[in-house]
Amino acid sequence: MSTDTMRRRHRRLRWSRIALAVVCAPIFLFLMRPLVVVFPVSVSSAPYLQFPPPGFSLRWYESYFGDPVWIDATIRSLVIAATTTLASLLVGMPLAFSLVRGRYFGRVLLDRLAIAPMIVPTIVISVAIYDIFAKLRLIGAWYGIALAHTILALPFVIIILGAGLRGLDESLEQAALGLGASRWQAVRRVTLPEIRPSIVTAAVLAFITSFDELVVAMFLAGSQMTLPKKMFDNIRMEIDPTIAAVSVLQILIITTALLLSQRFGRGATVMDVD
Amino acid sequence: MAAARRRQRLLAALGIPALAMLALLFAYPVLRLMALSVEGGSLEWYAKALGERLYLEVYWITVRIAVIVTVTTLLLSYPVAYFLATTTPLAAALGFALVILPLWTSILVRTYAWMVLLGRNGVINKSLLAFGLVEEPLALLHNELAVIIGMVHVLMPYMVLPIYAAMRRVDPDLIQAAEGLGAGSFRIFRRIFLPLSAQGIYAGCILVFVLSFGFFITPALLGGGRVIMIAVLIEQQVREVLNWPFAGALSTVLLTATIAIYGLAQRATSERAGEAA
Repeated sequence: MSTDTMRRRHRRLRWSRIALAVVCAPIFLFLMRPLVVVFPVSVSSAPYLQFPPPGFSLRWYESYFGDPVWIDATIRSLVIAATTTLASLLVGMPLAFSLVRGRYFGRVLLDRLAIAPMIVPTIVISVAIYDIFAKLRLIGAWYGIALAHTILALPFVIIILGAGLRGLDESLEQAALGLGASRWQAVRRVTLPEIRPSIVTAAVLAFITSFDELVVAMFLAGSQMTLPKKMFDNIRMEIDPTIAAVSVLQILIITTALLLSQRFGRGATVMDVD
Repeated sequence: MAAARRRQRLLAALGIPALAMLALLFAYPVLRLMALSVEGGSLEWYAKALGERLYLEVYWITVRIAVIVTVTTLLLSYPVAYFLATTTPLAAALGFALVILPLWTSILVRTYAWMVLLGRNGVINKSLLAFGLVEEPLALLHNELAVIIGMVHVLMPYMVLPIYAAMRRVDPDLIQAAEGLGAGSFRIFRRIFLPLSAQGIYAGCILVFVLSFGFFITPALLGGGRVIMIAVLIEQQVREVLNWPFAGALSTVLLTATIAIYGLAQRATSERAGEAA
């Protein structure tokens, strides 16, 4: 091939790269636009939604931190999310072991059942649980919401832990057993450290699934607000830009959680699951 | 042999807590809800759900929005996935952050942000007025368009990720071979990338379509009560009308449609996998 045609091809390749970037730039902007816009609104001095903001003020942050209803809702959501994380790992981890390594009758069915809450629309699950919980007088109980959220988080937990376990070299565990470790020791000292990135990722996902969940909470919370429910009610009534301040805080919390998981999960992300 | 059997029994036992939880808090409630819809052995609620014009309209809106959202999401996601799969590692990392960050941000935050953007006094209307492009603020909010925009934004990562994953599985040697044989980049794209990423497109479309089918938050907020998708209708029936049997019938319709789509998709996938094998 002559250098001339090579050069021409190179130029053509470069042009197609530029064309691609030109197509993609506005799409990236579209993705980021809503996240960027809440920042200026949150520090606006206007008492209602106005753009561009007429002046700078921190009053919406003050109104968030000064309002016990917002703070209670936030704390309740944090407690529910932490409980959900713990419960879904406690139930999900043994399940993941069972599904990946077991060869017993009914395993496939159990696998389907555990993934199903991801497929069944949340509105259907919410209404169904609402009916049961109303009879059990569990409406308004924070742990009722945590239980329901655990069902929603379970598919993520077992998909991610399952992927981690499948990628694990089982001979390591065999070696530990051969060297006289008990089964529990082998799991605790060899397997769990090996799949730590998956555990961290699963925990973060479970936490966010719950912390960000609205539909179930809307039915089960009763008068006990969770953060998403309070946000939803506020947005529906379009009260004031406090919601923007809350949004900014939430973006910061989630980003921190993600960075922490990157740090401790050694770079494990959802993308590891193909 | 006995040890292996004991191990299997132990492994099966590990699944019991989860099984109990799923049975009590998921399978039983959902089945009960479905049973409510045929209480007394009558099918009147299904006759209502499937026969009355008002509700057929709701399904039609739901399907229409789901289709538009899926197609739009695909059109926007494909170039982004292609860009991410073929660019330098640094640009890919940056682009990924842009795709993933919205995924991690609360749907409520994003929906609220769209209200800021699309509202009467929102960013877009203010800009249009400032540039003299319109005389009066446009009604951008509380209609189907707003719902579609919001849903596309929420669902895009679910489309980008599977397509990207499929593209990454394309063997780079194949591209080099094609380049070496003199194929231009468009031709490489059309003859190699597109067919090999079809699997990802397919997976992404199913995911986005099914998710948008049962969507609640975005239509409830951006639709402002004017865009009634099926999930919004179910919520109304339970919380405002307290018509449980009818909500049960609607839930059954939604659930059946969702499972049918997944089932068909799965069959098509395994058939294709069978062809490839």
